Amino acid sequence: MDKILEYIPEDLVVTLIAIVAAVGAMLGVISYLILLERKLSAWMQDRRGPNRVGPMGIFQPFADGAKFLLKEDVIPANADKVLFLAAPGIGLLTTMLAFAVVPYGPVGVEGVPWFLRFIIAPNVDIGIVFIFAVTSLSVYGVILGGWASNNKYSALGALRASAQVISYEIPLGMSVLGIALLGSTLNIQEILTQQATGGFWNWYFWTQPLACLIFFTSAMAEANRLPFDLSECEQELVGGFHTEYSSMKFALFFLGEYTHVITTSFLTVILFFGGWHFPWIATPESTYVGAWIVMLLVLLTKVFMVIVLIMLLRWTIPRFRFDQLMNLSWKALIPLSLANMLAVMTVLQFGWDRWLLGPISIGLFVIAGVISVGFKRAEIRHRPSAVELSHHLVT
Amino acid sequence: MGFWEMTFLPAIVDGLKTTIKHVTNYQPVTQQYPEEKPVLPLHYRGVHRLNRDEKGRVKCVACMLCATACPADCISIEAAAAPPDWPDRDKFPATFVLDELRCIYCGMCEEACPVDAIELTHIYDLTGESRAELMYDREKLLAVYDETKDDPRDPLRTRRGKLGPAADFGTLPTLAPATQVTPGDRSAQATAPGTIHTYNNPRPFDDPGAAR
Repeated sequence: MDKILEYIPEDLVVTLIAIVAAVGAMLGVISYLILLERKLSAWMQDRRGPNRVGPMGIFQPFADGAKFLLKEDVIPANADKVLFLAAPGIGLLTTMLAFAVVPYGPVGVEGVPWFLRFIIAPNVDIGIVFIFAVTSLSVYGVILGGWASNNKYSALGALRASAQVISYEIPLGMSVLGIALLGSTLNIQEILTQQATGGFWNWYFWTQPLACLIFFTSAMAEANRLPFDLSECEQELVGGFHTEYSSMKFALFFLGEYTHVITTSFLTVILFFGGWHFPWIATPESTYVGAWIVMLLVLLTKVFMVIVLIMLLRWTIPRFRFDQLMNLSWKALIPLSLANMLAVMTVLQFGWDRWLLGPISIGLFVIAGVISVGFKRAEIRHRPSAVELSHHLVT
Repeated sequence: MGFWEMTFLPAIVDGLKTTIKHVTNYQPVTQQYPEEKPVLPLHYRGVHRLNRDEKGRVKCVACMLCATACPADCISIEAAAAPPDWPDRDKFPATFVLDELRCIYCGMCEEACPVDAIELTHIYDLTGESRAELMYDREKLLAVYDETKDDPRDPLRTRRGKLGPAADFGTLPTLAPATQVTPGDRSAQATAPGTIHTYNNPRPFDDPGAAR
């Protein structure tokens, strides 16, 4: 037995455990997040939410899962079968793959048992680039699914989704470039460690508040979450790209979307809010027994709060119109993220105090606000009246 | 809108306040149906019943008024001569079939019935496994009566022991028209089969020339 164990590299075992833990936990957590979202939606709308399966409906995920498995799996007659079947898989695979480089617990901290490593692929030097590259591939699942369904609503949904994801990819990437410059690394673990060793005031939120806002907004758009879920807008497109999908294939799309939300929340916390670091409770100096468990809990609590915020926003902000969506990305977020990056570059080049970046970010936000308000006012002032318009139409 | 409102952030914060307030101050309005039954208004129109008179006989006199009034054409009645020991009526329904699936629950049969024999009850959860099962015949409709007659929500809307308004047609006071009719009105000059006598329009047809 020992002989055999000798030939198995320790790394392999650790990685397998990490993968099983991550994927298993992810699937379990997603099913309960769906329940939480349904409950939260119900509470916000003075309803009760699912409450029939088990006390308070806590076994609802099992009922959902059974229903997904047992429902008839319809493939439309004129659909492109190969792509139709491949699309949900691609959608889930790419979002799952992105999670490989996200540390979901304290990494490189004393006291963690040797077989536990809270990241599937440690020390990927281009972690951020990898995540953006892989998550933007998830739009393939949407496009292929929408196109292969041979349904006009699916195709329209897929078109919208592709336009949206491509537009929001740019501010998403550029908002993180500021952090990459400040930390002079693209390694997510490295960025986390910098914030943890630097303490509370070194969380990148304090130097990059604008980037945080842009990142969060674009990430919601990337994940097709509600204020930006034009690709599946029920009122216009039936179900969007997944109109023709049923049973488990639909569930895979759904899982992909939720995985995206979770990855996004992890990234927001790790990049801007210090990951597992919290003053006094979980710092690199805390050496008490079981510190790593506290760190893990701190990280998961932060992620949970971000996820709840996303769910709250879902019923708070009405859905954007498509031109508003494009305007927000191209006229507001991309220039702002560019300006933010320029500010970071300037500060670094001239060796100024990096605390200046906080006020600079707020200043940029105010300037952008003033400009857009000025444009809007000018447009309102010069907007032709209804009388003029009707005259114009008659002649 | 000022600058601050136009930045869109205060609107989001306000909205979040509203949604969070609903979560923290949670007051559901949902009725838990199978456990909590709804309180229906008294005029709710549900499944029909055929009333019985004081001797337990079917009250219906097979006059076909309900079947005629029915806009959905869901009532079919076969009349037969009443048994000789039923001296108060000429006919009774040999069959009375009401298609509950076809019915639109408008209540016009109830209004048309001269003897208040058909009434709509509060039963709203009508289910069945076949269409045939929901063709309610006379016995089923009488069974609905037996089931609902003591229910406070379905009081007998007729005076017990009498056939109904039409049974005492002769003794009923004549009704005044809803709107006052003057001798000049065309309706007052029409040669109608029945003459309307009211206190302010005593004999409209006595002197046509004067009316004109």
